[in-house]
Order: sequence, then structure tokens, then C-alpha cells
Amino acid sequence: MDGNLSKIKASRFPDEFGRFGKYGGRYVPEILMPAVTELTQEYEKVKNDLQFIKILAQLHSQYSGRPNPLTFADRLTAVTGGAKIYLKREDLNHTGAHKINNVLGQLLLAQRMGKTRIIAETGAGQHGVATATVAAKFGLDCHVYMGEVDTLRQRLNVFRMQYLGAEVIPVKTGSRTLKDAINEAIRDWVTNVKNTFYCIGSVVGMHPYPMIVRDFQSIIGQETRQQHQAAEGRLPDAVVACVGGGSNAMGMFYPFLDDKKVKLFGVEAGGRGNDEGEHAATLSLGEPGILHGMFTYMLQTEDGQVADVHSISAGLDYSGVGPEHSWLKDTGRACYTAVDDAQALEAMALLARTEGIIPALESAHAVALAVQLAGKMGREESLVICLSGRGDKDMESVFDLAQKGGADE
Amino acid sequence: MNDLRERLVEKISKKQKILSIYLTAGFPEADSTVSLLRAIAENGADLIELGVPFSDPQADGPVIQQASQKALDAGMRVAKVFSILQEFRCFSTVPVILMGYANPFMKYGWRRCAEEAAAAGANGFIIPDLPPEESGDLTRLCRTNGLDQIYLITPVTPVTRIELINSLTSGFIYAVSITGVTGERRELPLETIQFLRRLRKTSRHPVLVGFGVSNQETAKSLAAESDGVIIGSAIIRLIAESKNTGEACEKVKAFVWMIKDSLGEIA
Repeated sequence: MDGNLSKIKASRFPDEFGRFGKYGGRYVPEILMPAVTELTQEYEKVKNDLQFIKILAQLHSQYSGRPNPLTFADRLTAVTGGAKIYLKREDLNHTGAHKINNVLGQLLLAQRMGKTRIIAETGAGQHGVATATVAAKFGLDCHVYMGEVDTLRQRLNVFRMQYLGAEVIPVKTGSRTLKDAINEAIRDWVTNVKNTFYCIGSVVGMHPYPMIVRDFQSIIGQETRQQHQAAEGRLPDAVVACVGGGSNAMGMFYPFLDDKKVKLFGVEAGGRGNDEGEHAATLSLGEPGILHGMFTYMLQTEDGQVADVHSISAGLDYSGVGPEHSWLKDTGRACYTAVDDAQALEAMALLARTEGIIPALESAHAVALAVQLAGKMGREESLVICLSGRGDKDMESVFDLAQKGGADE
Repeated sequence: MNDLRERLVEKISKKQKILSIYLTAGFPEADSTVSLLRAIAENGADLIELGVPFSDPQADGPVIQQASQKALDAGMRVAKVFSILQEFRCFSTVPVILMGYANPFMKYGWRRCAEEAAAAGANGFIIPDLPPEESGDLTRLCRTNGLDQIYLITPVTPVTRIELINSLTSGFIYAVSITGVTGERRELPLETIQFLRRLRKTSRHPVLVGFGVSNQETAKSLAAESDGVIIGSAIIRLIAESKNTGEACEKVKAFVWMIKDSLGEIA
């Protein structure tokens, strides 16, 4: 089934078993089986429900500020001397990142399902803040699991969540980062499965989550298509997005999957080097395995234990990746490369000084690759960067690094 | 030769309750595992679940999580679990089920896992994150290697799914007493009893209850509604509280005796 995308429509996946080629599936404790089955059924119902679609569209336009613009980055384009660079401005959404697209959809679904207690995991805190925000708006009870290491490097986001009325639970098991926060959220879900909705933050986990999150994030790519069409009279030649779990990338890629001429680039966190524990370049350096309910590329030890990861960006340091990305990699439909901490910091500064936009460190990884790519492309070509979030949350850690004089902690 | 089911059925026919004990392989260190297995087997356990440690054990509570991490830090690996089991088989015929998460087994290779497990004297596998839908490879390999594959049924499992699991499980059914992760509970909800009564009416296999069984009271009340109980976290906690392997073996021995004794009262 893999490898032959010329004959099949890439956009029709996952199949009924939640598979993208051989990736995906449902590797979950038995206790969650009824919950994921119910979630799949309820999602299939609302997916084409005009009332649901209408309410979600209203929230997008009146609450989170969509459509956000596609900004032509003229000064950044001039720096590279190559392809025209456009920025899809997810940083301008309410709460400052693409995460709210997914949360609005999922919590609307939770309401439909009569679930009043919401749990979520968060890495950088962006998904946690988005969940706490929408939970406040909808009047839902919200609990966010966050690795203890992340609570320290993103303490302002911890306060934001608490200020919005959510409970933040620091996770002290394992490496105390995103993967452990997901484990704890799953344990909570296993325990409180009857009244609890797990609002997962990326295109990861067991079926149907990779599909649901992708669908709710696809508004990024849908708007980009229209906006680029309006600006250039055609589709872009390439789109570039950072990949941790991979939700902003999947949201950007999905509406372009069947347009084979649009090249898709995913950018992973190269961290400090290629040794185990020094990076989070799952697709570039990992191999397939089972993690968090899915079969997907993951970073693991030779004994099959989940490896530790590092990135300067708290939103990218995840040992796994969405299964659809694994499939897009194997089929060759998307290309994945890694950008290291220092390159990301440099790109962050470059975008700040040429365009007056401070990107999130996550998004800065995409900027770094896009600048390289644009330089090798013709001036008549164009590429779109998914600017997944704004960099305010990272100012404190960038300030600390500047004081120390380098990317090495 | 895998005689797990015969042994369990024989116990049940004599109106005796089954006691299954869980132990994390390599906790607190590799050298203590055979001694602890013997202490468990020689003092009344009918069945042992030997935990193969994983870094991210989603279905387990804090006690087993920490034991797993400690075992990994001390160097426990899949191949080493097989050699421990092989050594234990020199002393005992008590059935041993390997309990672990899918990824370390898959990385080792499903075929190699099934063949080496059978050769080492294992009776089967319980893999909590490998539901029937995802376990095709292993199911085939278990059959060819004479191993049982045990599935879980929980209080929220619908009737149609109970039927599916009934048809796929071999050896016994692992009934999860509550919604939640492994760990000790002071008391169990009333609905647990109702769930077990429902399950027992339809089950074509012995039903053993695990999760939350921690003392004589919980063991007795759950065994009364099933064919026996599975105890894990309570044992791991006793070992964690011990200063050395000798002390751990003594504590485990006393605990297994005590539970066995209370199960005898309801037989």
C-alpha cells in the first residue's frame, strides 16, 4: 500500500482501521477502547453536521480572529534573493498559535458528547493555554498535564493557564517533558473515562486523534490555498512547517496532499547534535515503533525504550511524531529535515529584524529551512512558511541565552 | 509444554481460588529476581506475571512505574528476562506469563520473542497496549509456539466486545476491577462486584481479577466473585521497602501466605 501515491488519493486516509499505510492504529489499553470508538462515531457525526460547522466557523471568525493573513515577507525575500516568501500568520490567532484551531473543534465536540471535564497535555504550554482558554469560554472544567521541566522553562504559560481557571499538574515521572505529560493524561483518561474528554494537542495518539486534529487544523492549508491563489494566481511551489508532533504541519499540508506540484517540507528539531537525547529529529533519525497508542517513527533506544529528546523549543521536543507524517515520509510525498538550535535562534532574529515579527522558537525552525530553500529557488517561484506561533513566550529563555552568549545551555 | 489452562481448571474444579502475583523483572536488581520468583512460587502462588519493564508504562500507577524505571536503570532487558525465566524453571513449574508493553517486544522482534519466551519456559503474554485489533502477528506466533495470549476486560467493556475477547483470549481472562491504572486501593466500588457477576456468567475462561487488589479484604471480596485475584503493586511496595533481597523474600513470602490463607477461607 505504501509507496505508490500516483494511483491513490493521499487525502482519503486514514482507512477504517485508523491507518495511514502501515502507520497509526490503536495501541491502547482495553479500558480506552469504548471511549475511542465512541469518539470516532461522534466525530463522524459532527464532521458533516452543518450546525456544528457553522458554530465552529463563527468561533473562528469572532473569537480567534480567522482568517488570519498571508503576509508577503518582502524584506526576508530580498535577503535570500530567491523565491517569494509568504508567512501564514497563525501567530495572530487568539492565544498566539495554531493550537486554538484544534481546541475549538475538540471542545465543541466534547460539549456535544456531554463531557464536562477536560484534560490535556502540553509541552511548550501553547496547547495548554489554548485548552484553558476555550474551556473558560465554554464553562468546562480543565486540567492540564505538563512536564515539570517544561513548567520551569515556560512558567509564564503555567500562570496563564491558572489565571484562566485551569489546574496545571506538573508531571514528575520519566524525562518530565511532553511524552510524560501525555502518559499522565492517558492515565487520567483511563481513570475518569466516563465523564472526561481528552483534548490531545497534536496529530498524535491513537485513532481517531491524528485524523481529528488534522481535520481541525486543515483550516490553515485551506486558507493558505485561497490566499495564495488571490495573491499569485496559483498555488505555492512549496510549503514549510515545523514538526514536533506535527499538527501545524499536517494542517498546512493536508489540503495540498493531492496537488503533487506543491512540495511539502517538514522541519524537525536538530537540537545540539545527532546523539541520542540531543535532538528531537524523529523522522530524520528515528525508526518505527509503538508509542502513545500509535505505530509511527519514534526515537528509541536499541532496547525499544523511549529515548530522551532535546530541543531549544519546548514545543518540538517529542520522541514521537504523527503517524500521517511517517507515511508521508515513506511515500516521499513530504520531505523532512532537521534544523539545529543555533540555526533556529538565528532565523528567529532574522525574521524579527527583517519583518518585525518575532516567531515562536518552534516556527523559527521552519523559517530557517525556508530561507535556505528560497535561496535555491527561482524568483518567479514562491513558498509559504507556516508561522505557527508568536515568540513572546520564548523571550525570557532567549534573553537568558543571550546573557550566557550562545545556544548551549 | 504449556499447561496453564489445565492447572487453572483443575484448581477451579477443586473449588480453590487462584492467586496470581506480579513481579517486575530486574527490580530492584537483576540478581534478586530468581530468588523473589521462588519465594512467590514456593509459598502458594498459582501463577506469576513477570513484568518486562518499559520506560512509558501507560496502564500502570506510580508503584510499578518506579519499579520499571529502576529495573531499566539497573540494566534489565528483554533477553535478560528470558534468561531469568530459564533459571527459574530449574526450580519451579509454576506458570509464568510475561507482562509488558508492545514496543520493547516489537523492537526485539515478535518471532524471536515468541520463540525465545517459549524456549525459556514462559506460558504466555499479557500486553496491555496490544488490543485484539492490533495483535495479529503475536496471536499467530503464540499459537505456533504453544503460548497463551491473555486479554483484559474492564467494567466499561461492552457486551459485544466481551464476546470478541472471549473468543480470542486463551488461558484466562484478566478482569480489570476498576477504571484506572494499576495500584493499591483501600476499597473497591460496588459496581465492581456487579461487573464481575455479569462477566462470570458469560466467560468461557477462568476469570482472574486485578488492579486495586492490595490486602486480605479486597482479595477475599473479589475472589468470591471470580476464580481468583492478581496482586502487583502491593508486592512491589513490600520489595521497595526492604533493605536487601533476603528481607524482600521474607516479606513477600509472608504476604503470599497471608493472602493464600484468606483465599482458603472462601474456597
